Amino acid sequence: MSTQEITTRPPIRVPLVIGLSFAWLVLMVVIAVTLDLWQPHDFQAMNLRTRFAPPVWMEGGSWSNIFGTDNLGRDVLSRLVVSIRISLMVALLGTLIGAVLGTLIGLLAARFGGIIDDLVMVGIDYQAALPFMILALAVVAFAGNSLTLFILLMGLYGWERYARIARGLALSAMTQGYAVAVKTLGASPLRIYGRHILPNIANALIVNMTLNFPQTIMLKTSLSFLGLGIQPPMTSLGNMVGFGRDFLLNAWWLATIPALVIFVTTLAFALVGDWVRDQLDPTSR
Amino acid sequence: MNLRFLLQKLARALLTVILIVTTVFVVLRLTGDPAMYVLGIEADPRALEQFRERWGLNDPIWQQYIRFIWNCLRGDFGYSYFEERDAMTAVMERLPKTLLLMGATGVFTMVVGIPMGVLAAIYRNSWVDRLTMTVSVAGFSLPNFVLGIFLILVFSVTLRWLPTGGSGTWKHLVMPVLTMGLAEAAVFARFTRSAMLEALNQPYMRTARAKGLRRNATVWLHALPNAAIPLVTITGFFVGTLIAGGVVTESVFSWPGLGRLLVTSVSNRDLAVVQIIVMFIAVSMVVTNLTIDLLYGWLDPRVGSARSGG
Repeated sequence: MSTQEITTRPPIRVPLVIGLSFAWLVLMVVIAVTLDLWQPHDFQAMNLRTRFAPPVWMEGGSWSNIFGTDNLGRDVLSRLVVSIRISLMVALLGTLIGAVLGTLIGLLAARFGGIIDDLVMVGIDYQAALPFMILALAVVAFAGNSLTLFILLMGLYGWERYARIARGLALSAMTQGYAVAVKTLGASPLRIYGRHILPNIANALIVNMTLNFPQTIMLKTSLSFLGLGIQPPMTSLGNMVGFGRDFLLNAWWLATIPALVIFVTTLAFALVGDWVRDQLDPTSR
Repeated sequence: MNLRFLLQKLARALLTVILIVTTVFVVLRLTGDPAMYVLGIEADPRALEQFRERWGLNDPIWQQYIRFIWNCLRGDFGYSYFEERDAMTAVMERLPKTLLLMGATGVFTMVVGIPMGVLAAIYRNSWVDRLTMTVSVAGFSLPNFVLGIFLILVFSVTLRWLPTGGSGTWKHLVMPVLTMGLAEAAVFARFTRSAMLEALNQPYMRTARAKGLRRNATVWLHALPNAAIPLVTITGFFVGTLIAGGVVTESVFSWPGLGRLLVTSVSNRDLAVVQIIVMFIAVSMVVTNLTIDLLYGWLDPRVGSARSGG
């Protein structure tokens, strides 16, 4: 490492909260990936003799069910672990689909203008007039509860923000020197947009992705809480809270533990997202 | 503001409403047979056929659509299969409860959020500021139903001060309003803070101080009205989150409003009711956005002329 590098670019200082958030997110990803090591029981196995067993730190709890059991005697920890994987997967795939779709639409609007641009604008108006939650509620409930459909729906969420950002930045990029230069050199539109404009506007899109991700998790868990989306015997974080709500009075852990996981995870994502935005774009502070 | 600008805006708003109503209509009709849901899967095939015949479910979808629009224009919004009565009556019955919840949440949000933002801006980097910013980040990443569950645990299960659900007294209103309002108040505080920080640095603030006004007077009478302009913009988002949040919050607290009716009607496949609620939401969102656009032009004439010119 040369000394010059150090003087020109001061090392990034990571605040403690951000470090902790990162650590939590890494833990979540590790849990989701190495699922089988963490699952003390089969998450669907019922045991009616140990229904409503409390967590280990409470009176009557035992190490065989660290977070207790639910109304059917199923192990809460095992269900939690499976839920984390499902919820993270849906949110991640949804965010990726949304980013690609939205960016593509935005770039198409910028490239062709005219009627395509108008159509995209109508779509954005539409999205602004119907809270996505309501649309998702209608579609999921009526079109059935397949996981694929659910992920696609999450992908649709927030497309208009990517589209608006991509469109605006691409339009202004086309007037800048580098884009004009490659255009004059005779590059094809695909090359101009794909190889030159997209890399230049990627920062803003990545920032939007980190901000969108926790919101996708929140939307996804809210829908599951209402009993839509992932259906039993499969489980997800929102599902667990939804079922646990009915047992708050006698078995608080059923809803509270997954609720805490949701809260800490979205909070960690929001903090890291804010921080990444500040790093990538110092002017927005 | 000229007439053409206004008409253009109105036309776009109308187009949006029509589009939303149409998609919901198509989605609802294409994805399932209401007869099965209402009469049950084991119902007599003849009864099913009769049901479909009676409600015109056998006709091609475009015929159903034209009939639907025509009926809406005549003021007939359909029949609730599930509650076996006029769908509009069923919806209107629930509306006051939802309006009460939203109104209370709106008041709470403004009364708590705006002063907090102003204080955070004046005492920048103090504990008020840090508290506001922390609460706003936490509130923003706390889903409604999670906060609702925590509140129930604290105030109903542990302290036994408030009922876990239902409606009727002011006690029933406390937790739903907190659930929806806390995060929103934090968002308002955050926006107010940044708008105030900008306004406090303007030359007119120095002028106001120089002519002998007290500091409090300059903050509340000069800076805040100017900072209010950006606040108008987030009101649109606010109404949207209130509607979406209401669906979840009403379900958490068994609040007998439109949101809960929407969730139950969706699972009962009660087409007419879902349609009316979605229409209500679309119209109120479009009207809100339109009002904000117009209000913005009126509050800040620079925006209005720039928009109508372009």
